[in-house]
Amino acid sequence: MTGVLDVLTHTHRPPVADKDEAWKDEVAPDEGSPFRPLYDDSIKFNGQPIALVVAEDWEIAKFAATLVRVEYQEEHAFATDLEAGRNKATEVKKPHEPRGDAAGALARAAVRHEADYFIPTEHHNPMELYATTVVWNGNGRLTVYDKTQGVQNVHKFLCSVFGKKPDDIRVLSPYVGGAFGSGLRPQYQVVLAMLGALALKRSVRVVLTRQQMYGLGHRPATIERVGLGAKPDGTLDAVTHEATAITSRYEDFSRNDSGWAEQLYKSPNSRYSHKLVRLDVSTPCDMRAPGAASGVCALECAMDELAVALKLDPIELRLKCYSDRDQSEDLPYTSKQLRECYARGAEAFGWSRRNPAARAMRDGNELVGWGMATGVWEALQMPVAVRIVLTANGHAEVSCAASDIGTGTYTIVAQVAADALGLPIENISVKLADSTLPQAPVEGGSWMAASSAHAVLGAAEDIRQDLARLASTMPSSPLAGVDAADVTLVNGTIASNGERNDAVSIADAMRYGKLERIEKQKLNQFAEDKSHARNTHSAVFAEVKVDEQLGVVRVTRVVSAVAAGRILNTKTGRSQIMGGVVWGIGMALHEETVMDHRFGRIMNANIAEYHIPVNADIHDIDVIFVEERDDRINRLGVKGLGEIGIVGVPAAIANAVYHATGKRIRRFPITLDKLLA
Amino acid sequence: MINFQYSRASDVADAILLLTAHPGAKLIAGGTNLIDLMKENVEEPSRLIDISRLPLRKIEETADGGLRVGALVPNSDLAYDPLIEQRYPLLASAILAGASAQLRNMASVGGNLMQRTRCAYFYDTATPCNKRHPGSGCSAIEGLNRNHAILGTSASCIATNPSDMSVALAALGALVHIAGPSGEHTMALTDFHRLPGDTPHVDTNLGAGEIITAIELPPRGFAHNYSYLKIRDRLSYAFALVSVAAALELDGNAIREARVALGGVAHKPWRSLEAETALRGQAATIEHFSHAADLLLQGARAYAHNGFKVELARRAIVRTLMQAASATPQSQTHKKIA
Repeated sequence: MTGVLDVLTHTHRPPVADKDEAWKDEVAPDEGSPFRPLYDDSIKFNGQPIALVVAEDWEIAKFAATLVRVEYQEEHAFATDLEAGRNKATEVKKPHEPRGDAAGALARAAVRHEADYFIPTEHHNPMELYATTVVWNGNGRLTVYDKTQGVQNVHKFLCSVFGKKPDDIRVLSPYVGGAFGSGLRPQYQVVLAMLGALALKRSVRVVLTRQQMYGLGHRPATIERVGLGAKPDGTLDAVTHEATAITSRYEDFSRNDSGWAEQLYKSPNSRYSHKLVRLDVSTPCDMRAPGAASGVCALECAMDELAVALKLDPIELRLKCYSDRDQSEDLPYTSKQLRECYARGAEAFGWSRRNPAARAMRDGNELVGWGMATGVWEALQMPVAVRIVLTANGHAEVSCAASDIGTGTYTIVAQVAADALGLPIENISVKLADSTLPQAPVEGGSWMAASSAHAVLGAAEDIRQDLARLASTMPSSPLAGVDAADVTLVNGTIASNGERNDAVSIADAMRYGKLERIEKQKLNQFAEDKSHARNTHSAVFAEVKVDEQLGVVRVTRVVSAVAAGRILNTKTGRSQIMGGVVWGIGMALHEETVMDHRFGRIMNANIAEYHIPVNADIHDIDVIFVEERDDRINRLGVKGLGEIGIVGVPAAIANAVYHATGKRIRRFPITLDKLLA
Repeated sequence: MINFQYSRASDVADAILLLTAHPGAKLIAGGTNLIDLMKENVEEPSRLIDISRLPLRKIEETADGGLRVGALVPNSDLAYDPLIEQRYPLLASAILAGASAQLRNMASVGGNLMQRTRCAYFYDTATPCNKRHPGSGCSAIEGLNRNHAILGTSASCIATNPSDMSVALAALGALVHIAGPSGEHTMALTDFHRLPGDTPHVDTNLGAGEIITAIELPPRGFAHNYSYLKIRDRLSYAFALVSVAAALELDGNAIREARVALGGVAHKPWRSLEAETALRGQAATIEHFSHAADLLLQGARAYAHNGFKVELARRAIVRTLMQAASATPQSQTHKKIA
């Protein structure tokens, strides 16, 4: 056909690596063999790419793709249903060791609650489609513009898959239109674009359609079985949590769904386990607060059910079980202002006015329900390096390979640099997401704020040392002989900590040193400290109004009180938490990948039928940052905010729906047909 | 999407000539549904005949006191037209319950009548579907059918009609003006869409080479006692699980005239003359509305996942009639159900 350049398949494509190791990116699961597009003739899941049509324009390629005829044979019966496969689940090792005799204590408990909670498969729908442009530079070198959360991860992956030297490939992703975990691993379009470029020896762009994006990773469907055994006074004797999750047949993907009670609720006996059911689907991937969003949802619904059984206020139950230590390692926390989250959130929400009985509050035709839940996530930090180039005109460029996936990394890096270098923020430029820049891992796990900020501090500190040396040796300097430890960079000057009047301008010091620029690159350094647990926490309160006759649910108010150390930027931080709350509303009420198991096929692979909240579904969202000073975790006391905003939200809404209606829906999302049943 | 030819019709007669000359051709106006279906390779017209420039954009008064709405009036223009807002607020409300502002700006009145089902199997060319590929079988009957029909279904198809506007038009007793190779004629809106029977691939009774030129609204507008209630899985931008258009004429608390049409439950907007007759002359009470709901839902048949629709529809009918009777119509901007 005119305009069609090539049709690549497993029998007609440039060579790629054979060994699994070459296909394992930095966040690939340990167990399994990563998916390789157009590698061989095996079909692993419905929605798998099996051919790449390259044409002069996108419309021709799309039309030509409809003309490709495919023959295949069924080699074995396929299965995609988690619940049908539950009895074939295999246990995977997780770090939380059992304590005591949880099963026995649960059986003997005076008050006991045990139930299954079902979280469906959910798919990523960032606004920006997955797309890669490979630019053929003609000298054997390729520039790859990719949608990714980790340019160096993609760079290393492409070098190993295609046998290239590091200098042959450069990967850029300076602006990312949402990713939320979907771009942690290199996605298949980057491999296809590379195959196309190498086959045709020219630039190639591959853009996935929204529908094709349902062939990427997903939050795995899970059955979360939670057991809680309590004494009549509301203290816990036993916690059991068994998560059974989907994975693909070719990789074992799993996260920590079940261990979160270890952080939150004191119990002498506990058992946590994680099981996988291997099915004919693509490998799941991280999606905002992977593991916790699902596992804590179940745990917090179960705690609400226990509170009802104990006739205790849900907050009171949580305070009775409150754990000041991470029980798995028996460690204190670097900081944990969760009690304050409960108090501040409850006050802002008006929780004290809650009638504890279900179906007791009403507004016209609507039943009103108030529910709450706890949120928890990790405060991680990873090795990140930044380079700062300070020029004599008082401008600084800060560069790092880290991505900004819309969370505000550019902004906080500039803020921290401006503060540490004593320069106005408009004098700072930030360059991110280029694989040639100083090292950074994928942007994920809520670790990038703390990690990048401390790399900036390190490099700025080296610059301060150099400038102090210059200032102390300049002729007739007011800072002559001053110790480097005694000066600060402020207002474009090197200033004495004692007398602020004693200062030398940065420009003068650099002129004296005959320096056009000072360039420092530094890897962040965090003290090795295994003596404390590091977590962020939240208390989420939700009001729902449910039409009694029709089952229509509206989430009319959410208060999220978050303790996450120092908040570097309340504007971007608040926005992150609000986004998490909106997603949590979707997880509670809307999101579900619907699969026809007869075909192993997703039947709502588009954003018309795969529902996420729209504006009409969102009402008041109040974000409270609870002050949490943490001198131990890192110099700035930063913990990260990316994930914590969603955790607990679905459970708070489910608990509010129970409080409104007296109906406990344990199968998400809570749609009106379940409430009418 | 496949390659296709494109022609622009110069007038209605030209559109009919082009349609007749090219049997694989389709008319295109706003394209809000057809283009989507073409991208999915569900619709593969050999030619698109662009009628968007034809002079069918007027809203005119008819001699008997009704209104004639040109087929190319955009949905949003219709919803916000002062005559419609004053005399036929039920129609304005139903239109505003559908889609999004952007889609309503593009979509035409005639196109709205022609939109096709949102059955997931119809949209997915990898699965059997009698509506898309006659004789291939229905994937929904034994498959995922939570969104599907409970009334007027057949062994071939249980798809629903997705239009909100058509539900209000059915209740209002609108007429469809049609032009074709053999001249012009009109058809009741309630006769325009078909039940699936054993020909589910035929959505409407529009004949070969025919084109919708206008919708005619009879004088009776039910402007005082009406409501359109749409129940869906999120509060906007979702197709109806069940929707109800209710229109009453009251004499005190006595019902002089009643119209009730349902969306989301059948292959066409669903009305029951028996239910409406039963309401006439009765008091506007929950008991009578419940009885009417039972009559409307006579013969309802549930499949594996859509059984909830029967009770939901029953309750929604009663609620909508109560809203209409009390002159507190459902707001389409404030999503709280009155």
